[in-house]
Amino acid sequence: MHIVVCVKQVPDTKVIKINPKTNTLDRRGVPSIMNPYDAHAVQEAVRLKREYGGKVSVLSMGPPQAEAVIKKSIEIGADEGYLISDRAFAGADTLATSYALTKALEKISSASPIDMIFCGKHAIDGDTGQVGPGIASRLDIPPVTNITSITKVTKDYVELQRKLQDGYAHIRTTLPCLITIEKEINEIEYAPFPNMLKAVSCQPVVWNVDQLGEVDRKQLGLKGSPTVVGKMFAPPKQEGGHRLEGSPQEQVDQLLHVLQEKRHLFHKKGGAAV
Amino acid sequence: MIEDHRGIWVFAEVVDGNIAGVSLELLGAGRELADKLETPLAAVLLGHEVRHLTDPLIHHGADEVYVIDAPVLKDYRTEPYLAGMGKLARMHLPEIILYGATPNGKDIASAVATDLKTGLTADCTMLDVDVDKRLLEASRPAFGGNIMATILCKKHRPQMATVRPKVMKALEPDASRKGTVMEESLDMKEADIRTKVLEIVKGPGKSVNLEDADVIVCGGKGMGDEQGFQLIHQFAETIGATVGGTRDAVEAGWLSHDHQVGQTGETVTPKIYFAIGVSGAIQHTVGMKNSEMIIAINKDPEAPIFEVATYGIVGDAREILPVLIHAFDELLKEEVVSHA
Amino acid sequence: MPEKFDVIVVGAGPAGTSCAYLCAKNGLKVLQIERGEYPGAKNVMGGVLYKQQLEEIIPEFWKEAPIERPIVEQRMWLLDEESAITLGYKGQAWANEENYNNFTILRAKFDQWFAKKAQEQGVTLINETVVDACLVEEGKVIGVRTDRPDGDVYTDVVVLADGVNSLLAKQLGFHEEIEPAQVALTVMEVLNLPAETINERFNLEDGQGCTIEMFGDATKGHLGTAFLYTNKESLNIGVGTTLSSLVNSKMKPYDLLEYVKNHPIVKPLIKGAEEAEYLAHLIPEGGYHAIPKLVGDGVIVAGDAAQLVNGIHREGSNMAMKSGSFAAEAILLAKQTGKYTEEVLDIYREKVYESFIGKDLEKYKDATETLENHPQYLKEYIPMLNRAARTFFTVDGISKQEKQRGIFNMFMERGKIRTVQDMYRAWKVMK
Ligand SMILES: Cc1cc2nc3c(=O)[nH]c(=O)nc-3n(C[C@H](O)[C@H](O)[C@H](O)COP(=O)(O)OP(=O)(O)OC[C@H]3O[C@@H](n4cnc5c(N)ncnc54)[C@H](O)[C@@H]3O)c2cc1C
Ligand SMILES: Cc1cc2nc3c(=O)[nH]c(=O)nc-3n(C[C@H](O)[C@H](O)[C@H](O)COP(=O)(O)OP(=O)(O)OC[C@H]3O[C@@H](n4cnc5c(N)ncnc54)[C@H](O)[C@@H]3O)c2cc1C
Ligand SMILES: Nc1ncnc2c1ncn2[C@@H]1O[C@H](COP(=O)(O)O)[C@@H](O)[C@H]1O
Repeated sequence: MHIVVCVKQVPDTKVIKINPKTNTLDRRGVPSIMNPYDAHAVQEAVRLKREYGGKVSVLSMGPPQAEAVIKKSIEIGADEGYLISDRAFAGADTLATSYALTKALEKISSASPIDMIFCGKHAIDGDTGQVGPGIASRLDIPPVTNITSITKVTKDYVELQRKLQDGYAHIRTTLPCLITIEKEINEIEYAPFPNMLKAVSCQPVVWNVDQLGEVDRKQLGLKGSPTVVGKMFAPPKQEGGHRLEGSPQEQVDQLLHVLQEKRHLFHKKGGAAV
Repeated sequence: MIEDHRGIWVFAEVVDGNIAGVSLELLGAGRELADKLETPLAAVLLGHEVRHLTDPLIHHGADEVYVIDAPVLKDYRTEPYLAGMGKLARMHLPEIILYGATPNGKDIASAVATDLKTGLTADCTMLDVDVDKRLLEASRPAFGGNIMATILCKKHRPQMATVRPKVMKALEPDASRKGTVMEESLDMKEADIRTKVLEIVKGPGKSVNLEDADVIVCGGKGMGDEQGFQLIHQFAETIGATVGGTRDAVEAGWLSHDHQVGQTGETVTPKIYFAIGVSGAIQHTVGMKNSEMIIAINKDPEAPIFEVATYGIVGDAREILPVLIHAFDELLKEEVVSHA
Repeated sequence: MPEKFDVIVVGAGPAGTSCAYLCAKNGLKVLQIERGEYPGAKNVMGGVLYKQQLEEIIPEFWKEAPIERPIVEQRMWLLDEESAITLGYKGQAWANEENYNNFTILRAKFDQWFAKKAQEQGVTLINETVVDACLVEEGKVIGVRTDRPDGDVYTDVVVLADGVNSLLAKQLGFHEEIEPAQVALTVMEVLNLPAETINERFNLEDGQGCTIEMFGDATKGHLGTAFLYTNKESLNIGVGTTLSSLVNSKMKPYDLLEYVKNHPIVKPLIKGAEEAEYLAHLIPEGGYHAIPKLVGDGVIVAGDAAQLVNGIHREGSNMAMKSGSFAAEAILLAKQTGKYTEEVLDIYREKVYESFIGKDLEKYKDATETLENHPQYLKEYIPMLNRAARTFFTVDGISKQEKQRGIFNMFMERGKIRTVQDMYRAWKVMK
């Protein structure tokens, strides 16, 4: 079983700050991390490898520093890593990203056929979740998104649990396929020490555009991206309501006063609404 | 040719034999855009035994409904749905397609975008059009702070976006509205499809139901630590409310992801929403700002949450909550007595 | 058979990285293990890095290291509640590359850079991993046990550079539980402030820095100091007292820092600065008497783990680097003999004690204790000095001679004998 996981390096959105005056990103000291969903995807691939044997590769597109997420994947238990890195990829939206990744996947597959491709449910910098299904369309393999459990793997098909808005679907799909992974699927394990050592010495395979084989440059990077950012703006300010004043007790009293007419909404837990 | 593309489409998602709420909301939003562009608004209805659902779509604003009714479309699967959408879009060349940002809506939108080699903007919360250029201006919160980005797709058609549930408003259904229904076929056999749905398990799946709650008490990172967050539970318990949390609170491990309100959590519209120790980042407020009444407690008078709050208390939640809990305790005790 | 290393260094602070760097540079296979997310992630320092010791390891390091500002001025303030006696030295010579004396640094950046230089020499660095114990066989340390699955790693020699309160050295029985009087708890904040404002307020040229050490009221008279250092676009402000003082006085460290920040002499300097980080850390203050056993079979203890800090002169990182370098020298020597026994490694202990480290620590060996046992220095003399200065400098028609007499009498109020005793004691511990 050969599983390739697409992993993306993203800014840690928890610490990104916007300068409210200029409406620009304040990148000072913002660390880069591995997209958390992708970490779960690597973990799941490693789990399957343990159960069914085979090999886990990871693939990332990004600047040379993105090597860090490949090393992180090796720590989790991946066997090898590929990084596609070239100025020509810069500025890619999801359509151009899925094109470039697909080209790399084809190249990986020609050396060692791929049974499954895993992506994260979405990348936390954009929350789009479009790259995975995009790759599947391009490779003409079935995509299955929002997967919370992989219950059975044979050499021809997999059975999985897909999260719906309200419940779950059990589905089966043929191999090869592309799966996007939800966080609930597993807990990231504490990496064993030998993996840590392996990650330090691991040298990912780095490809530039020319090494990807036949590539239509018009479909790459900014040029290949149909969407552009028109403008950035502060969200429309709302009026904002009434500020209460006084001591905590006074404020609470005022609040209770305005909530009088809504008192039917409150009830002690367990009891019925009064 | 871009000019050949006309019309705004809404992907009509079917859930439990009914049109999903978000699809009706999109018809409301789409109606406005279609009127501005002076172009028809169409709903695209895919499924099995769904023909009766064309009326509600028209009543909610659609001028046209494209229907494909086929057994392979019974449960959602990317392949047959993509085949259907792809076929219709190639035949009729819409200029805009809107989808709900639900698991299935996002799935089909991504597949269609790649198939048609066009742009797709995810998770929009505002839609508008530039009438002269016939450009969809799809705006969405970006990055971790208070910023919105407007995404444009200038040179490709259709322009596509997924839109968060509960941010747009559906129109009041008008049973007198008329529209045309056009049916197409899909020549795809079950044997051609690589993905099978073995079983669908409906809810509960989630441990909380924020969507239907009348009163939500939402705690944020400002509660300090897990112990501080207990005050949120206590307060919710006291008034019989459902507990919600910000992403930061969820990531701190104080409560499970099911409780998360906001862009990547639930969108809620309760009658009363308490936001306590919540800064009010855009990703959070998109999920709660349509609540009927919002009460914010935050020690920072500049916190953006006060911009959406109906009533704001500036102060330390750890001081105010105990007072509030006590007051409600008294109030509700009274009630029980007076009704006894 | 798992991989074996020549040296395992525990900790990626200045001591550990100096040792790892030099071992790797001389061809040894070095594994360095750090518990933080990256070197420096959790490390704290007021921020003064001395040039000499690092220069010996990486010549002209300051050309590329992430230093904040070279220091051209060192001030010392003896604080009363609302006044200060200020002493200091400013030397433009220090502004000159060749004569740089010391620098301010931010540890998170600096440690990462230094560790990267060591990696370039071939050190294998593993982060986010805690060493739980040394593996000991027949009294000899043969490796370490990390907290990860399959976490045992083997080596010829382990260097414990795991910082103050080294649990690993304690496990080996090299020292007892550290006493509250032997460590200071220091809390500090990084405050962002534009470079121009810093230059203006501290009277500095671009790219030059200054340090201020504060005694007396900064710690409300308890044994300890406060400091304020200038970085490029931020200030480091902190205060520390021995754990025993904190316990005895029931002060909370953060309250004390707030107190310093609101001190009328300090406040204008930090006005409008934005709090960027809050940090807390222990400093070994036990000095000479607290130095543990430094070597054993297959093991060396360096840096803070060996209590090598001169509290009076806030020197720690330099001693850490020097001891790390000595450890590397001893290991390279042991490598030649093929034996890593306590006897062979003992050369490390000798070097430490014979160098400025041992000598300086010996010189001040009783200082901390004296100050701890005789609070009058900080509690009474500093306010008195302030009063004396105020009296002397106030122009009010009273003759200078009369003023001097008044000041003299003020000091003697405590009793002639006691005052003279205090002066003698102070001279003795500092001489
Ligand atoms: C792609 C993306 C998607 C996201 N999706 C979501 C989402 O779905 N939901 C979501 O919530 N967030 C989401 N976020 C995160 C969002 O941007 C904010 O970071 C988050 O909402 C902040 O959570 P918070 O208000 O709990 O914490 P903070 O921003 O840390 O705010 C804490 C607040 O508590 C106040 N406070 C502190 N102490 C007290 C006290 N003692 N008493 C009273 N007040 C106090 C502070 O003044 C502050 O305003 C997303 C971010 C990104 C980038
Ligand atoms: C507030 C403050 C201000 C100071 N100001 C100055 C100053 O201005 N000038 C100066 O020269 N000195 C100063 N010092 C002292 C100086 O910081 C220390 O002496 C110096 O950092 C010691 O270096 P070290 O390498 O021995 O230890 P550390 O820098 O503490 O490094 C120890 C490393 O080991 C890691 N570690 C610990 N245990 C384990 C384990 N079990 N497994 C793996 N890793 C582990 C730690 O994470 C850490 O990275 C100050 C100290 C403090 C606290
Ligand atoms: N630059 C990239 N390199 C590797 N994988 C990526 C990249 N961008 C996106 N992906 C994959 O696609 C998933 C969804 O990303 P997105 O569509 O950007 O939300 C991620 O979780 C990754 O698995």
